[in-house]
Amino acid sequence: MHHLSVAGLSAELAAGTLSSVEATGHFLRRIKALNDRYGCFITVDAERSLAQARAADALRAAGAAGPLTGVPIAQKDIFCARGWRTTCGSKMLANFVSPYDAHVVERLNAAGAVNIGKTNMDEFAMGSSNETSWFGPVRNPWHAGSVPGGSSGGSAAAVAARLAPGAIGTDTGGSIRQPAALCGISGLKPTYGLVSRYGMIAFASSLDQGGPMARTAEDLALMLNVMAGHDARDSTSLNRPPEDYTRELTRPLSGLRVGLPREFFAAGVASDVAKAVDEAVGELRRSGCETVEITLPNMALSVPVYYVLAPAEASSNLARFDGVRYGYRAPEYGDLEDMYKKTRAQGFGEEVRRRILIGTYVLSHGYYDAYYLRAQKVRRLIARDFAQAFEKCDVIVGPTSPTTAFRLGERASDPVQMYLSDIYTIAVNLAGLPGLSIPCGFDGGGLPVGLQLIGNYFAEARMLNVAHRYQLATDWHERAPPGIDA
Amino acid sequence: MKWETVIGMETHAQLSTRAKIFSGASTAFGAAPNTQACAVDIALPGVLPVLNRGAVERAVRFGLAVGARVNRRSVFARKNYFYPDLPKGYQISQYEIPIVSGGEIAIRVDGSEKRIRLTRAHLEEDAGKSLHEDFHGATGIDLNRAGTPLLEIVSEPDMRSPAEAVAYARALHALVRWIDICDGNMQEGSFRCDANVSVRPLGSDTLGTRCEIKNLNSFRFLERAIEYEVRRQIEILEDGGSVVQETRLYDPERDETRSLRTKEDAHDYRYFPDPDLLPLEVSAEWMEAIRAALPELPGAMRERFAAQYGLTPYDAAMLTASRDVAAYFEAAVAGADARIAKLCANWITGALSARLNEDNLEISAAKVQSSALRALVERIADGTISGKIARDVFDAMWAGEGAPDAIIEARGLRQLSDSAEIEKIVDGVIAAHPQQVADYRGGKEKAFNSLVGQVMKATKGKANPQQVNEILKRKLSG
Repeated sequence: MHHLSVAGLSAELAAGTLSSVEATGHFLRRIKALNDRYGCFITVDAERSLAQARAADALRAAGAAGPLTGVPIAQKDIFCARGWRTTCGSKMLANFVSPYDAHVVERLNAAGAVNIGKTNMDEFAMGSSNETSWFGPVRNPWHAGSVPGGSSGGSAAAVAARLAPGAIGTDTGGSIRQPAALCGISGLKPTYGLVSRYGMIAFASSLDQGGPMARTAEDLALMLNVMAGHDARDSTSLNRPPEDYTRELTRPLSGLRVGLPREFFAAGVASDVAKAVDEAVGELRRSGCETVEITLPNMALSVPVYYVLAPAEASSNLARFDGVRYGYRAPEYGDLEDMYKKTRAQGFGEEVRRRILIGTYVLSHGYYDAYYLRAQKVRRLIARDFAQAFEKCDVIVGPTSPTTAFRLGERASDPVQMYLSDIYTIAVNLAGLPGLSIPCGFDGGGLPVGLQLIGNYFAEARMLNVAHRYQLATDWHERAPPGIDA
Repeated sequence: MKWETVIGMETHAQLSTRAKIFSGASTAFGAAPNTQACAVDIALPGVLPVLNRGAVERAVRFGLAVGARVNRRSVFARKNYFYPDLPKGYQISQYEIPIVSGGEIAIRVDGSEKRIRLTRAHLEEDAGKSLHEDFHGATGIDLNRAGTPLLEIVSEPDMRSPAEAVAYARALHALVRWIDICDGNMQEGSFRCDANVSVRPLGSDTLGTRCEIKNLNSFRFLERAIEYEVRRQIEILEDGGSVVQETRLYDPERDETRSLRTKEDAHDYRYFPDPDLLPLEVSAEWMEAIRAALPELPGAMRERFAAQYGLTPYDAAMLTASRDVAAYFEAAVAGADARIAKLCANWITGALSARLNEDNLEISAAKVQSSALRALVERIADGTISGKIARDVFDAMWAGEGAPDAIIEARGLRQLSDSAEIEKIVDGVIAAHPQQVADYRGGKEKAFNSLVGQVMKATKGKANPQQVNEILKRKLSG
């Protein structure tokens, strides 16, 4: 049962060959058996999940079921879910039980999806390896000594290890796509503003975007149908008519112009990754796509720009974690200032503290123009590069990550090396574009390689179409990590 | 050396929306602590601000009322600092591009008008309150006020005396209530003034070092605080010292200002545009709709009153102190000629205003309504009663004794205008006071007034004073 996709499980539930309570119980048992090995979940609450499953079965009995009704979906622990501990991977919120639901959670609940548990993540989504979580690392199901990527590492590994058919994640600089690539699953970061940020604990508000993670493009489309939509509580949420993201899945690809950015295929990409991506491009050509070389000249600046803007916003977004109203407070302190200092020094991990310091610095009087304002200008240039590229092509294709999964601890002491994991994904967030990663092969060590598709604004349906056609022609997405059935 | 005082004002006017500026929680004053603080106000993880258009509309109304430029696009920024009553760790305010730029406020001091330029007015949210009493060794936090909409109105340093500063604050206070964007309640903190005060040698065109004075929650404190601060700064400078730029707190009990923090302690607020809020766009249509709904403004009304009713600038200003006063006046003078209008103006700014002050009432609660005042004034104008008798009638009306005509009849206050009768009484008075008559005829003008007084006394004040004068003069010269 756990090898079923979201669509497959949905079909069984619809056919009545399986109930949600059975499915939920099955995945809960798997989580119980395997979570110690992978570390995917921070919080599991079988009672709550089963209550939702029973409600979903009742909904189905009443004839009101939709495609996600009764399907267990794991939730990154950055989404506030009422009654659930919501930690954001931090000691700071280790005791925080959310009194309200995020918009995305509301929509999943309304669709009858079952919250199968809250997944592990880099602390406050700051990291590319899931090693900054206060709750310990997540292990890559393909290789226990390797990272799953991050920050949505728990969600990606849970889907790869078949602990959940689908999961939701968030992507600020690659946090859905990079772990999807490293764990051999599919993940979509939608156009900025398509999925409400209400109830999604903010890291960098102008970049954060929630999205689906699953094994197939079809599953992503089904999940996005539920997740996307206007929300008046998020002022950056776009008010557009609802779309059916499955509508173009099977459309032929003939005549589709695929842009290959010169900068994505330059030195720095691991040879196994380059080879798998080249073969995937070949497959797209065989499907009728034309390829055109394009250039994104300011691409190289995306990492430094991101590491000015994201920490700047984070330094302000994380100011509310001050020990006054909720969350962690240092047990002993002198005066007010001492309470702040001790609470924040003890409650935040090293990477979060580093980014708060960077962000505070770049916003400081006398540095603001040189860092923040310049970074904003370059951000506009990067967006313009994409706009020019999309005059020549319909979708951009390249690697998601320059390497496959690296070893636990390998980059933990070298932040810059770690930041370079997201060199191909960050620009997409800076421009607010949709980006998608699908499995396209393996390296010599058997670790998955991800293929990234970047679309123009609101081109999700077309991107999912390309991914789905690719998945019809290949089986990389069906490969399961060894040993997960044990 | 002669010194010149330079004052600029920063005023926080709480906008009269029912909900907060970025959340749906109520702004009502006086609720139990933290009962009006929703998830957004207490800054739970994941919550986001949504701008209340009612607050924007009020800010636009203000901008239009002061002749300012209303910026079609303005930007909300985060002002970052840590304090327990600031739940997000930043205040959402406007920094580089405020919603209102420029404008001016007209003030009158010592009979002449002066225009005080405004720098800007911007939207922001209020913080909560720290409660230091009632918690042994700890501080309580009440977030009911957190997120209350404020319009911060910043003036240019155009005022030159404490009296001008007070006149500005009063004019601004009257205006925000006039256009119904703020209830103006200073006790509840709905209208708060900070004054930036500096002094410089008279004739100098460079500004001296300023101090910002906070906690000025009445016009009286504002005046006294500035007076104290000016004396303090002049003393320092005359002793050869220099003023330190700082924020000072006014202590009304000791009538002095004291240092709160110096410039060196000032925060680096790390302002940057709030990524949770899109730039605020005010469409031309919306702005025109707001303009069309604006009431006649006090300045325009003053000019109209002066032209239409022949009022002095002083009277016109008094009668436009608030919309309620102006409405009372306009109701009283409906269809009246200039003479009646002038009499109504005098009665409103005189007797009525005095009684309102004595009884601590707003004009909307006056015990003599505009129609009754008009009826009284008509009786003065048509000679039924004298102005002096009218005071007694007014007092009786105030006491609830009824309409003026009824009171005049019941008390027999009708003015004596029968010449024959007055002549008879005058004859009697002349006969009874030969000494005064002789004095007057001997050139002592004062004696005449004494004789008039005797006639009035004999008629219990009811004789028409003009007729008494004429008849007495004629008879004494005869």
